[in-house]
Parts: sequence; structure tokens; C-alpha cells
Amino acid sequence: MRAIATLRSPSRAKHVDKLMRGVLWVIALGFILVLAVFVGAILHQGWPVLRLDFLTRMPETLEAGGGIKPQIFNSIYLVLLSLGFSLPIGLGAGVYMAEYAGKGRTLNFFRLCIETLAATPSIVLALFGMIVFVQTLGWSFSIRSGALTLALLNIPVITRVTEVSLMGVPRELKEASYGLGATKLQTILKVALPYAATGILTGLVLTAGRAFGESAILVFTAGTNTSAIFPDFRLTVPGETLSVHLWYVTSDGTLPDAREIAAGTAAVMILVLLILNLSVRFLDRAIRRRTR
Amino acid sequence: MLSPKTPETKPVKLSVKDVAFSYGEKKILDALTLDIHAERVTAIIGPSGCGKSTFLKCFNRIHEVTTAVKVSGDMLIDGVDIYKGGIDEIDLRRRVGMVFQKPNPFPKSIYENVAFGPRLFGVNDKVTLDVLVEDALRKAALWDEVKDRLKESASGMSGGQQQRLCIARALAVGPEVLLMDEPCSALDPIATSKIEELIMELKESLTIVIVTHNMQQAARVSDYTAFFWLGRLVEMDLTERIFTTPRERMTEDYITGRFG
Repeated sequence: MRAIATLRSPSRAKHVDKLMRGVLWVIALGFILVLAVFVGAILHQGWPVLRLDFLTRMPETLEAGGGIKPQIFNSIYLVLLSLGFSLPIGLGAGVYMAEYAGKGRTLNFFRLCIETLAATPSIVLALFGMIVFVQTLGWSFSIRSGALTLALLNIPVITRVTEVSLMGVPRELKEASYGLGATKLQTILKVALPYAATGILTGLVLTAGRAFGESAILVFTAGTNTSAIFPDFRLTVPGETLSVHLWYVTSDGTLPDAREIAAGTAAVMILVLLILNLSVRFLDRAIRRRTR
Repeated sequence: MLSPKTPETKPVKLSVKDVAFSYGEKKILDALTLDIHAERVTAIIGPSGCGKSTFLKCFNRIHEVTTAVKVSGDMLIDGVDIYKGGIDEIDLRRRVGMVFQKPNPFPKSIYENVAFGPRLFGVNDKVTLDVLVEDALRKAALWDEVKDRLKESASGMSGGQQQRLCIARALAVGPEVLLMDEPCSALDPIATSKIEELIMELKESLTIVIVTHNMQQAARVSDYTAFFWLGRLVEMDLTERIFTTPRERMTEDYITGRFG
């Protein structure tokens, strides 16, 4: 009689372990393959277009051979401006939620609001930005309308990342600080935030990457035109970005070389994001070496 | 070490009268009354969960950082109540330093760890800081080992060195009392004996309260020993008496290992 027939033998567990290892390995490999093909295709198509004058010339509206100089500038300018608005607010809200709000209903309510805002489709934010900034305030399609609406996209992410990073600060370190007579603010500024810096920084760069690639919001708030002056730092002029340009040239169709320009623009965007993510790795390691 | 034949000459530093302490509905400590003398080492022993760490944390209100608690009764430092508005918790924590169970150096350089406290109180002058840091590291018997690598990260030190660094860090703000919550429980015997030697030196100028699970350690380093059980003080006396002729049967059973 076999009373415990359902018990698995140890050797079987080991086989399953090996099998699962193989399965996970194949999944990972497949994913990397898809990614490689994807990036490879974009770079392959964009490579012939990627000459220096493509990056340094103004765009054309009807003829072939236009560049993307102002779009590159606008993309970077808008990302930096929107981070400039959203970083203080997001950081402050995150610190409040992690350190001051206490536990309970109020905090849960705040968190729900932030998460809802984070999950709001960007087209909704886009229309909101258009109604409030472009129409009601009469700012029309401009850098300032775009930057502020983009900030709405960034704030919840920065808030959440700050909160989570601060939650990860070991209690022992905070106790050590308080134990020496530090106030709450001193503990946050001198112990908690430096420790959480790498996490916040990583989140910040991911946010920047997302803002860099965002199109819906900017189509409706920053517009599909660029200033004729370069570089134009005014906040009141329209500012078409790379991703908007990519969408616009392929859907509008007045350019004879729209395909090439789109391919080149996509390649530039992929390269910028790659550099952004690599530099974050590098920065993260540098900070970690100094603070841990 | 204080013996039963020599009368106590040091004043009372910390005084506890009828103190009860609870987290929400749960009572952790009850009906505690005892005095702790200046420049003496007082050991607190007792089985896990008897409230001895909690009791220690009452003296610098560090528990308030994480948990809402209720304290009743009187806890005095130099005759001033520490809960009833006589002194705020920031000043209190500067005067009553703490060393934790697990070494918890900041992820900064050795120098910055020790300079952290003085900087909090507005000392930013390089020369003054250098003096304070060296002085604290010397008091913690760590100077000779680290004087050539003050700029290196504290996380590269051994556990025993880290714990002495934490002691130096606490000393750098000039505390009057040092609370030690099982400071050697994560250390090997050699590191432990170094900390114990340090305790003997530090008590020349400090009041030390140490929680320990190690009976031998309590016997070696302390002048007074208090035995806690289920949130109550069973017995407190000179260490020599506690370990030779305790008044309570329960104390004897505990220190001889019959329960605990």
C-alpha cells in the first residue's frame, strides 16, 4: 500500500528546478532577441539618414533634405522645463507622504489620487492641458503650455519614486540620526534623502525618458510648429519635439522624404534614450560608491 | 567596581518613579521605580520580551520616532522630568546618547560619521571638527586603527570597529549618559572584550546603562544590575550582590540558567 504516493521525490524536485531554469532562460533570451531586432531595425533604417547636417539643419516644409535641429532643442528644453516644475513638487509630495503624513486614511487617499493621476492616459492630460493652458489662459500652442502639461505627467511618478525610495531607508540609520539629537528635518536632509538619492535619480531619468518620448500631450499643447529662430528660449513660441515631429511628418505627408526623416528621427530618439539610460547607470554607481 | 562594603558616593543621575509604558492597549512596562547613579555602569538583564530594551529607549525617547506610546509616572534626569516638558527630546538626545544592538554607521566616511553630531549643532569649522573627531575616536579606542583612513567609508570596517565607531559618534556630541542596547550581541568575543574595556574606561566620565543577554558581561562590567521580568523590575542591587546573594528566588533561577 502506498499511503503517501503524492509526495514528490527529491530527484523530481531537482529536475523541475533545472527545467524551470531553462524555461526562464529561454524567455529572457527571446525577450532580448525581440528587443535587438526592434532596435536594430530602427537603427538600420535610420542610419543612412543620420548625417551631421540632418541634425544641424532646419526642417523643410515642402522639399526634401530638411533637418531636425529645432526639434532636438525643443525636446531637451521641454523635458528640462517640465522637470523643473515637477521635481520640486514631486519631491516635496514624496517626502511629505513618506515622512510626515503618518499612516491611515489621509495617506491612503493621497496615494490613491497620485496613483490615479499616474495611470491617467496621456491623451486625457493632453486635452486637459489644451483646455486650461492653450484655451482658457490663452497661451496657445507654446512651450509653457507644453511644459506645464508635461509636468502633470511627471509629478505622480516622481512623487511615488521619492516616497518608495525614502521608505527603503533603513530604520537603524534614522534612529542613529535621531539618537544624536537630530531634528526630523535634519534627519531627512542629511540621512534619508542622501540614502534615497540613487533611487530618486533613477526614477527621475525614467521620467525624463518618458517625457522625452511623449507625443499626445505635446501635439495638443506645444503644437506641431517650431520657431524660425534658433535657439529660441522664449516660453511663448510653439515647440514641436522629436516625437511629435515623427508623428507629424508621417501623418501629414507633404514632405517627399517623410519616410527617411521619420526613420532618422526615430533613430536619434532611440540613441538619446540609450545614452540617457547608460549615463544613469554610471551616475548611480558613482553615487552609490560615495554614499553606501 | 563597586562592592557592598563601599558606600555609594555618586549622585543619582536618572531617577524612575512608578513608570508605566504602553503601546496602544498593550502594557510593556509597569510600576517601575529605580535610581541610576552617575559614573556607574548599570546593567539590565532579563529574558527576551521582558521590556528591557523598551525601558532603555524611554531614557532618550527614541521610541517616539517610530511608535505612538504612552508613558506615565516620572522619569528624571538630574531632577528634571524628561516627559513633562522639562526638556525637549532634541536636547535630551544630545545629553543621553545611544548605541544600538546592530552597528549602524551612516554610509559616509569614518570622519563624517563622527562629525555628524557636532555638525547638527552648528559646528562647521574644520579645525574644531578635526579636534572633536580625533578626541571622540580616541575615547572610543579607535583612533590608532583608523587615523590613516578617515576618509574611507565606514562600511568597510569590521563589525567591532563599526560598533566602536558608533560609540565614538555618540561621544562626539558630549553626552552625559550612554545607553547601550545589547551592544555586543552581533560581535565576536575579541571585539566584545574591546567594547567591555571601553565601557570600563568611559564610566569614569559617563553614566552608562547597558542592556545585555550575557550574564558574564553584566557581571564583568556593571556596578549595578537590574533584573526585569514581564515588564516589571524584580530586583535591583549591586552587581556583586545580585550574582552572589540575590534576595529573590526568581533572580537566582535566571542568572543560574534555570529559566530564561
